[in-house]
Amino acid sequence: MAAPFKTLQSRAVHLPMNDVDTDQIIPARFLTGTGRTGLGAHLFADLRFDQAGSPRKGFPLNAPGIEGAQILLAGKNFGCGSSREHAAWALVDFGFRAVIAPSFADIFRGNALKNGLLPIQLDSDETATIAEAVKADPSILISISLEDQQLEWADTAVMFSIEPFARQCLLHGVDELGYILRFQREIETFERRHKAEVPS
Amino acid sequence: MLSAAPRPRTLFEKIWERHLVREEAGAPSLLYIDLHLVHEVTSPQAFEGLRRRGLRVRRPERTLATVDHSIPTSGSGLEEADPLAAEQIRTLGRNVREFAIPFHGLGDQARGIVHVIGPELGRTHPGMTIVCGDSHTSTHGAFGALAFGIGTTEVEHVLATQCVLQRKPKTFEVRIDGSLSRGVSAKDIILALLAKVGVAGGTGHVFEYRGGAIRGLSMEERMTICNMSIEGGARAGMIAPDDVTFEYLAGRPSAPGGAAFDRAVERWRRLPSDEGAAYDASVTLDATTLEPMITYGTNPGMGIPVTAPVPDPAALVDEDTRRASARALEYMGLAPGRPLLGHPVDVVFIGSCTNSRLSDLRLAASLMKHRTVAPGVRALVVPGSQQVKRAAEEEGLDAVFRSAGAEWRESGCSMCIAMNGDRLGEGQYAVSTSNRNFEGRQGPGGRTFLASPLTAAAAAVTGVITDVRTILNGR
Repeated sequence: MAAPFKTLQSRAVHLPMNDVDTDQIIPARFLTGTGRTGLGAHLFADLRFDQAGSPRKGFPLNAPGIEGAQILLAGKNFGCGSSREHAAWALVDFGFRAVIAPSFADIFRGNALKNGLLPIQLDSDETATIAEAVKADPSILISISLEDQQLEWADTAVMFSIEPFARQCLLHGVDELGYILRFQREIETFERRHKAEVPS
Repeated sequence: MLSAAPRPRTLFEKIWERHLVREEAGAPSLLYIDLHLVHEVTSPQAFEGLRRRGLRVRRPERTLATVDHSIPTSGSGLEEADPLAAEQIRTLGRNVREFAIPFHGLGDQARGIVHVIGPELGRTHPGMTIVCGDSHTSTHGAFGALAFGIGTTEVEHVLATQCVLQRKPKTFEVRIDGSLSRGVSAKDIILALLAKVGVAGGTGHVFEYRGGAIRGLSMEERMTICNMSIEGGARAGMIAPDDVTFEYLAGRPSAPGGAAFDRAVERWRRLPSDEGAAYDASVTLDATTLEPMITYGTNPGMGIPVTAPVPDPAALVDEDTRRASARALEYMGLAPGRPLLGHPVDVVFIGSCTNSRLSDLRLAASLMKHRTVAPGVRALVVPGSQQVKRAAEEEGLDAVFRSAGAEWRESGCSMCIAMNGDRLGEGQYAVSTSNRNFEGRQGPGGRTFLASPLTAAAAAVTGVITDVRTILNGR
């Protein structure tokens, strides 16, 4: 269960790449742990660091002044590939609370929402406009209000859409398992019927 | 009076509707899960969550666990495992004991890659809902099941409630007609489809593969196709069950037996999409014109016929795509416009949940028989399960691979995900029968060409990317 998400104001880091897969977000060799924490150190490991472990110049997360940025501005189909929830855990552990992109892969979007990481889908023109603003002034602050479903920077504001259930869960830090457990009776009723229909 | 005819429904809709526990406007549906597959990498945090809340596993009998991702394939013990991986494997062992979950652990004769053993044991049935904390769960859709990958939080949900919250995906008809030419296989079909729709083409949808070419495929070939549905962004991939499906299932340990099997078949025959059922999207592919396919880039949608030149990014209109393509060629160390044929390879990997079943190994062996792995090439053959391994050995396939100079391993995910020590060195080129050519997927700095078992075997014996048809025709 993640803490409630209501508003966020932060600088953004722009990662201008489409189809960033979860193997890039957190390479498989870091998946041998049994916990959810500590993965931020390996976020984008092979893009951030060379084989000797030195930061790669030019990778946006290595740019000076990005410390404390909580918003990642990404490309189309962010989070495609493997279902590893470690990708969302790594982003959160690194300090990100929101990812803005023109589109997300299905499993990643679900994993992000379950970890208090807000995936904001905007159209390509809008993300490009934000990217321009961040490029012009990397210290520009972007404000997100989940209540109002609004994103603001400088003198510009755009609305974003989000599925009502996901919004409620984030706003109130709803525990999804707790929510499902409320329907135990329905599950039992279903199981009895299902067992009769499909005995094997 | 006219009675309204029931609305024609797709295979997906029939399974979805039958598994709805609860529907509510504005909220995702609560979907019942018939079979939950569990492995060592994406489950420890979920079991920990159960313990923290004092919850039990609701239906251990609908759960099946095995170890596959991080296990060594060089032996059958943990001696050679990375200490963290070994601890993760032991953690699963403790969790399945505590929660009484059926488990095929390291010493078990029935263990293997989770998407190989589910069908092999007869646990995967038509009409089921199946989930696993693994995106290649789509494999099981080959049986006419609705099977999809989930995250670890959802693994915990399913363990505790046997349900997941799901938004209803849309349907996507993938019609593949015609028949395959010699040297062209199921893997080439799916690579061609991915080249056509791209890695996000199926986002929010469930693929249903239909048409004459699909009907003509064996269950193992159908699994290869459904396996890579996720590489097109699709939530799942499905193929309607037919006699090929029923024949495969008959007599499997966990398939219904005797009269129960006949009754099950009767039910399963009602699953295929109704005549006139509507899909939200549709694409067609002609199998007859397909050539052996290979990827040149860093996602599975970057595929071309093996005889084609490397595409030139400069020719692409969309700027993002052009940049991604240029970056991919830089990572792969390939020049635009040049042929891939003849490109040297360092490693050949035959394995993974895509292509590690007996028929895959037979194809690879048919090409490697009486031939040897080219000098300087390392060829690794990793069966999908211990059962596949034994069956291959009974046929003498291991001897074919070994005498050709290839390594014959214990089962596991191995170099597909490179978590167990089987991996590429920086800059090395591999022809791989696996499913992902992402940067670093098979080892940091490693470069992957995805292809069929035949094309991989051809590269192993020639040492370069080869059109397998030239070898087949030269016989």
